[in-house]
Amino acid sequence: MDLLEYQGKQLFARSGVAVPEGGAAADVDAAVAVAERIGYPCVIKAQVQIGGRGKAGGIKVAKDSDEARAHAGSIIGMDIRGPRGEGPFKVHEVWVEVASEIDAEYYASVILDRSAKKPLLMLSRMGGMNVEEIAETDPDALVRLHVMPSAGLSIDDARRLAVDAQIDEDVVEAVAETMVKLYGAFGANDATLIEVNPLIVTTARDVVALDAKVTIDGSALFRHEQLAEAVDDDPDQDPQERMAKERGLTYVALDGDIGILGNGAGLCMSTLDVVANAGGRPANFLDAGGGSKAEAIVDALEVITSNARVKAVLFNIFGGITRCDEVAKGIIEAFERVEIEVPLVVRLDGTNSEEGLGLLAEAGLPNLSVEKTMLGAAEAVVELAAGRA
Amino acid sequence: MSIIIDSDTKLAVSGLTGREGSFHGLRNRDYGTDLVAGVTPGKGGQDVDGVPVFDSIAEAVSERGANTSMIFVPARFAGAAIEEAIDAGVETVIAITEGIPVHDMLPTYWKARERGVRLIGPNCPGVLSPGKANVGIIPAQFFDRGSIGVVSKSGTLTYQIGNELKQAGLGNSTIVGIGGDPIVGSDFIDVLELFENDLETELIVMVGEIGGDAEERAADHIAESVTKPVVGYIAGFTAPPGKQMGHAGAIISGSSGTAEAKKDALEARGVRVGTSPSEAAAIAAEIAGS
Repeated sequence: MDLLEYQGKQLFARSGVAVPEGGAAADVDAAVAVAERIGYPCVIKAQVQIGGRGKAGGIKVAKDSDEARAHAGSIIGMDIRGPRGEGPFKVHEVWVEVASEIDAEYYASVILDRSAKKPLLMLSRMGGMNVEEIAETDPDALVRLHVMPSAGLSIDDARRLAVDAQIDEDVVEAVAETMVKLYGAFGANDATLIEVNPLIVTTARDVVALDAKVTIDGSALFRHEQLAEAVDDDPDQDPQERMAKERGLTYVALDGDIGILGNGAGLCMSTLDVVANAGGRPANFLDAGGGSKAEAIVDALEVITSNARVKAVLFNIFGGITRCDEVAKGIIEAFERVEIEVPLVVRLDGTNSEEGLGLLAEAGLPNLSVEKTMLGAAEAVVELAAGRA
Repeated sequence: MSIIIDSDTKLAVSGLTGREGSFHGLRNRDYGTDLVAGVTPGKGGQDVDGVPVFDSIAEAVSERGANTSMIFVPARFAGAAIEEAIDAGVETVIAITEGIPVHDMLPTYWKARERGVRLIGPNCPGVLSPGKANVGIIPAQFFDRGSIGVVSKSGTLTYQIGNELKQAGLGNSTIVGIGGDPIVGSDFIDVLELFENDLETELIVMVGEIGGDAEERAADHIAESVTKPVVGYIAGFTAPPGKQMGHAGAIISGSSGTAEAKKDALEARGVRVGTSPSEAAAIAAEIAGS
């Protein structure tokens, strides 16, 4: 779960990390009100989950209230694409903050290193550019430190890190303290990533987090109500993803036209790959779970077919704990409850597959065909989708 | 031989009194696993279908000689339950629970390592040594006894491959689900080492998916230390970056953790990688038959 910049900065502020004074605003008047409160010059920053906002025109400096009004007006509602063409992301909110006078820009981060099974701290005196660029242009400029979870990060460790990174001497202590606070925030908020780029030194020689990129572990949201609400509020969430979440299903929107349901994350991912190999474009990933009951199948089919782009649907079930007769019952029930206008290809294998296939044959559902293998089913659904293009 | 579990396994199930825990625990017993105890705080003295329940795993160890613990407790309590099992002195902990916060798993992972306890999972289907013992939720009917070791991040994908091997007349030494979380107790490398040293295992099938670099590190390990043939399969070629594909760990971060990178790393080390589960099973069958 990625936080917006201002949500990250609010989290930093709660952890004692210095951030520029500012406020969030969802419309032009509110943005101007924040600017008037904090004073000029101020910076108006689009709040979207993507890098490269500045280049896209999503970050602007205002010298007075007229400029603040003009910039907020142009930024709120604009669509921003990421550096690799991601998006577009519509700007629903801006963060308005005091413009900082910058002496130096550093890079600081705490990430979960899955290989080392430890948090990894990184610090560089070359901030402002992305971390891959730093690592490429000057690998020695990026200093790393793994932290043993049981030991934690001491101020001495952090000070050594800052010295190794050749941070300006007069701010070593302040940077070290910031690293300790960021490490604390990482654990206390169940973060898997905290990146501050840039971490600046102001002309007054204060160390301030000028940006915030924070990812929170979705499995830990139960103990962070405030963060969980922030995530739920995302107005850009795909409508099917929202609908699936409400029904307790795991759904990821993709950009194709073939609806996919599988049981188990691995089998479902594999189904997408096999459909793509057969020349099709999956519209979604939907894992109906390990012990899919009829009710979950009805829900899943409703979610998938609510996407107007879907031209055909593939059900790929390998019953382990999931019983194929339960899946078949779910499909039959879904046909009774929902108008299904697109063809459905079903592959049922594993536990009780014969019973399941028998039920489907008996029901004689329109527009439904059965395939024996995963490959056969993929080919069939690709052909059906192409025929309806 | 087989790895991790066998006929000497004495199983205690944390969460045996729950719906899922009792369903799968008793299924494991029906398969022939020596289920010696259940553990649920506050329910000591009860029994589940004749299996005595204790308040703590320590009692299950001292009273019933449990040497393997299966964790079926809800995610928010599971980290503590794993640590309790480690403290109690079992040799192996198999954690089925999905959704354990990663910050709970970090100290737990290191505790298991420091104490020399083998931790499998979390968020895994468990371990099956056909004909000997089954600990977890793997449906045993798709697997026969044989010489192919399987190690996988995914449950259903493993059942799919196992079933195809069975139809080709092949069986398995042990099937190990290592789990789909970002931090799991045992990685591919740990299990590959066990299979390399297991007399019954002649061939290894490794099923990976997007996220992290466990497959890439396994590829290096295979080149350096595994003499037995390894067949690979990787899921998630069509997964978009930044999206969690069902498993908490199945996510491409920036440009790292892609299926292509994993497939390339394995192939560069001489591992044949199937483009579908069926093809991976067919390659394994071809090698096993030659």
